[in-house]
Amino acid sequence: MFEENQLAFDRVQLLNEEGKINNPSSDMPISNDTMLHMYKWMKKARLMDEKLLRMQRQGRIGTYAPLSGQEAAQVGSAFALEKSDWLCPSYRDLAACMVHGMPFDQVLRYVKGHLYGSRNAEGLRMLPIQIIIAAQTLHAVGTAFAAKLKHEHTVSVSYFGDGATSQGDFHEALNFASVYQLPVVFFCQNNHYAISVPRKQQTASNTIAQKAIAYGIKGVQVDGNDLVGVYQVMKEAVQRARNDEGPTLIEAETYRLGPHTTSDDPNKYRSKEEVQQWMEKRDPIIRVKKYLISNQLWNEDEEQSLVASLQQEMDIEIDQVEKEPTPSLAEAFDYVYATKSNQLVEQQKYVTTFSQDKGGDLHG
Amino acid sequence: MAKMTLLQAIKQALELEMEQDERVVILGEDIGENGGVFRVTDGLQKQFGKERVIDTPLAESAIIGTSVGMSLNGMRPIAEIQFLGFIYEAMDQLASQAARIRFKTAGGYSVPLVIRSPYGGGVRTPELHSDSLEALFSHTPGLKIVMPSNSYDAKGLLIAAIRDDDPVLFLEPMKLYRAEPQEIPEEAYEVEIGKAKLVKEGFHATIVSWGPPVVTLKKIVESYEQEGIHLELIDLRTVAPLDQETILQSVEKTERLLIVHEAVKTNGVGAEIAASVSEKGIFSLAAPILRVTGFDTPYPVGMVEDDWLPNESRIRKMIDELLSY
Repeated sequence: MFEENQLAFDRVQLLNEEGKINNPSSDMPISNDTMLHMYKWMKKARLMDEKLLRMQRQGRIGTYAPLSGQEAAQVGSAFALEKSDWLCPSYRDLAACMVHGMPFDQVLRYVKGHLYGSRNAEGLRMLPIQIIIAAQTLHAVGTAFAAKLKHEHTVSVSYFGDGATSQGDFHEALNFASVYQLPVVFFCQNNHYAISVPRKQQTASNTIAQKAIAYGIKGVQVDGNDLVGVYQVMKEAVQRARNDEGPTLIEAETYRLGPHTTSDDPNKYRSKEEVQQWMEKRDPIIRVKKYLISNQLWNEDEEQSLVASLQQEMDIEIDQVEKEPTPSLAEAFDYVYATKSNQLVEQQKYVTTFSQDKGGDLHG
Repeated sequence: MAKMTLLQAIKQALELEMEQDERVVILGEDIGENGGVFRVTDGLQKQFGKERVIDTPLAESAIIGTSVGMSLNGMRPIAEIQFLGFIYEAMDQLASQAARIRFKTAGGYSVPLVIRSPYGGGVRTPELHSDSLEALFSHTPGLKIVMPSNSYDAKGLLIAAIRDDDPVLFLEPMKLYRAEPQEIPEEAYEVEIGKAKLVKEGFHATIVSWGPPVVTLKKIVESYEQEGIHLELIDLRTVAPLDQETILQSVEKTERLLIVHEAVKTNGVGAEIAASVSEKGIFSLAAPILRVTGFDTPYPVGMVEDDWLPNESRIRKMIDELLSY
């Protein structure tokens, strides 16, 4: 007999808030070189996030969903994937997307609302960024199903938040993945809020990880701000999927430091003390930095020059993308169907003519 | 050539395409061992195996969402929604996901997916089994909607749909599944999606319809012919994209237009046809454009559905009115 919420779970944590390994005698799943490499990615993600927030305030990009605070969850998990694996992201997963191969200039086009901002690069196995909550969990099931039918040993990973676990698609996806034993990893970044609604009001179960049990799959809860722990549990889940041992649900407990998007004010629903605690004590970047510095792998000078070079790189790319010509609405008609219907041809012609009559400006 | 019902023609189309293209898989509820509730897929699982004819758990959104993922990874899935009224469960995966991915990725990805579903009234089904929902989906750019009314078209259109690189909603008129068999070729052939069919030439008025009413209309048109009234009958076959050209050409000739469909009247596909004829051919018209359709109520229960559907007497009355101008 199961008692509700009486399930015992070990929350995985390898690198603690002090930047120390909890059990130094066990093998580290990543080398120091890799750890440094991952740290640079986390740093890049944080700087990008801050930059994009400023750009939104300046009116240079549209609504933006910041990821600061979730760098360990995203970078740690995406590092456990092969390039041939499928990544099915939501809108807050830009760091994971970039680690998997989405170039920064494409991130910029996406946040600017460019017509080609969601076009996938050739060979990059990444679905376009999903807006509808949990819809991509099923797409991951589908890409994994196809991989299984084609006997390809690729794994599909769906990224989503705690709010997504309330959606029907999430449950249908777990069920399908389990019934067909598909190579899928469901990676939940539980950042404790779905816009303003706290996790406890989202689900009454003690953990999100325990939801896996009802579907007959493996569930894991990990400290989502622990880069090493996230990498470890993800690596294991991916390996199990690749070995045809079935899907896994991972709950990475993390926290978004900023608003849900640039359109909301988190002060309305979160206390300053709570945010402060996560910022000071549990920031995923600080603890990796502590580890690196205490192991003589990093110092403040290197930190400063890294920040400067990342800033410079970003500025150059931003400048280039901002100089790109604006796509025309007329181009949009080319991508509704493989072959344009007569109605689309007609409307496209109208837009082109109208814009020519206006000297290239549709709305002036 | 063999005589085949619409149901047999659809099954043969599935079989032929599965034989010639390994990427084609079919999935849905009860389609495997049971062969589908109408036996459309009967025997296909034995023939092609459980990996290509996949019985799914009962979850419409998952059936379509999984198919979207499959098609993004190189397969050509054919998903079955057991009855069209159940498709609301999968509205997001169809309208916001499948239909938009080509646009969203500016042509980077396409979703070559077919969704088959029985629809249409007059067969005394329980609630939400008979609704004609084509108008709902015709408001979704990126989707194609195909609605055959006979075996020959059903086979050719389904094969074209399976080979199409875009998502196609393929609606099968339940009432016609086992209607009069038709001679159709054994081999695979395509009927062009987006092209209406001129069923009967005439010059006194044009009637545009699709799905089950076409069968009723054929008889009506023949009986008018015996009275010396020559009606032109167009079977739309594809609701999206809409073949405006065929309709316009006909209206220019006949100067009169009647639209007959099973779906509810307001904001129906008939309204779109009427609007486009008004935009492009109003000066050809000698009479108002008229419609015979279902009424603006939910699809009703069995005891009154025959009165609700565009039946013969309502259609005749409207034809007479159209000709009286």
